[in-house]
Amino acid sequence: MADIEPRPLARARLWLWLLVALAALGLGVLLAMRLITNGPPEVIAGAPADVGQHFSLVDRDGKPVTAETLKGTPYAIFFGFTRCPDVCPTTLSRMAHLRKAMGADGDKFRIVFVSVDSGHDSPADVGAYVDLFGTPILGLTGSEAQIADAAQSFRVFYQKVPVEGGDYTIDHSAFVILMDRDGRLQSLLSDQDSEEAALAELRRLIA
Amino acid sequence: MQRLYSVPARGARASLFGAPIRLVATALLVGALAAPTLAHSVKNGGLTIDHPWARETAQGQSAGGGFMTITNAGRAAERLVGGSTPVAARVEVHTMSMEGGIMRMRPLKDGLPIPPGGSVALKPGSFHIMFMGLKRPLKRGEMVPVTLDFARAGKVTVQFKVEPVSHGGSHGGH
Repeated sequence: MADIEPRPLARARLWLWLLVALAALGLGVLLAMRLITNGPPEVIAGAPADVGQHFSLVDRDGKPVTAETLKGTPYAIFFGFTRCPDVCPTTLSRMAHLRKAMGADGDKFRIVFVSVDSGHDSPADVGAYVDLFGTPILGLTGSEAQIADAAQSFRVFYQKVPVEGGDYTIDHSAFVILMDRDGRLQSLLSDQDSEEAALAELRRLIA
Repeated sequence: MQRLYSVPARGARASLFGAPIRLVATALLVGALAAPTLAHSVKNGGLTIDHPWARETAQGQSAGGGFMTITNAGRAAERLVGGSTPVAARVEVHTMSMEGGIMRMRPLKDGLPIPPGGSVALKPGSFHIMFMGLKRPLKRGEMVPVTLDFARAGKVTVQFKVEPVSHGGSHGGH
């Protein structure tokens, strides 16, 4: 019995990943278009309507957090992992900085960080990590399946890549996804956005 | 910029000339620490390592990033191949790239070349060293000894200053 199952399952998983990769590429293309035209997030109107609609993750205490839980307050969500030395701390620091630059308005949106490293980051680890940034950040993670579902829902690409010594690193999408208070995709922020552009997007998010 | 360490790229370990060269190196180091403005005059075919710093890490975080600028004033090509530190199981030299909005990080198998007469910045968004298998969190403000391994110069021990996570980011936080 056991030798019948794995093959189609592996194939299905491969297809799923291909779909995720394609979807992530799609969001990447939208982001590139917005960056090139320097413009307005209307371009994002071409994005699928179900981005970020269905996911279930856990917070630092293991409590479930879903798309429904987050509704009512706009949020900026970013996927990464705590061992990521570079783009993750840089991106989260930038979000913390932008929030501070907005003064009192900075409290009107959530910053959400999702660790895609279920093999390594426990919910408590993610909680301790987000505390480094000196501003409230909701740190989420989940089982491998929950993370895969969430990433697929947000069209975020991530892939474990083995490195020498049996360890692995993770390639992942590096954009921040802005979700409005109804839980719908507004636009994407990238590290290429100027501070002014990023602030304008965030002000639009909380307007 | 403060120069925290300088060392001759070659010869320091040769027994015959070792002591005097080490003395010169020490004098240069002391000079560099005492008078940062004079530090740029270190031109003995050596390496200079500027502003080595590491990001603070959280409890449970098993890896951290380290950054610096390495200048090779010598005539021979140099390579940073690895290192070691008491606070982590391994020190690796990595590169990072962004393609189509996707971040990819990879160990540099052959190390990081430092061309003669050139300098290479290890900085956020680019090359960095990684402390893999951290034995404890890196606390803001502390100094962490790291022995860098160069293909020619051999081992060079440098004190990395642990800075807040926001340090060196796109908004230039200090």
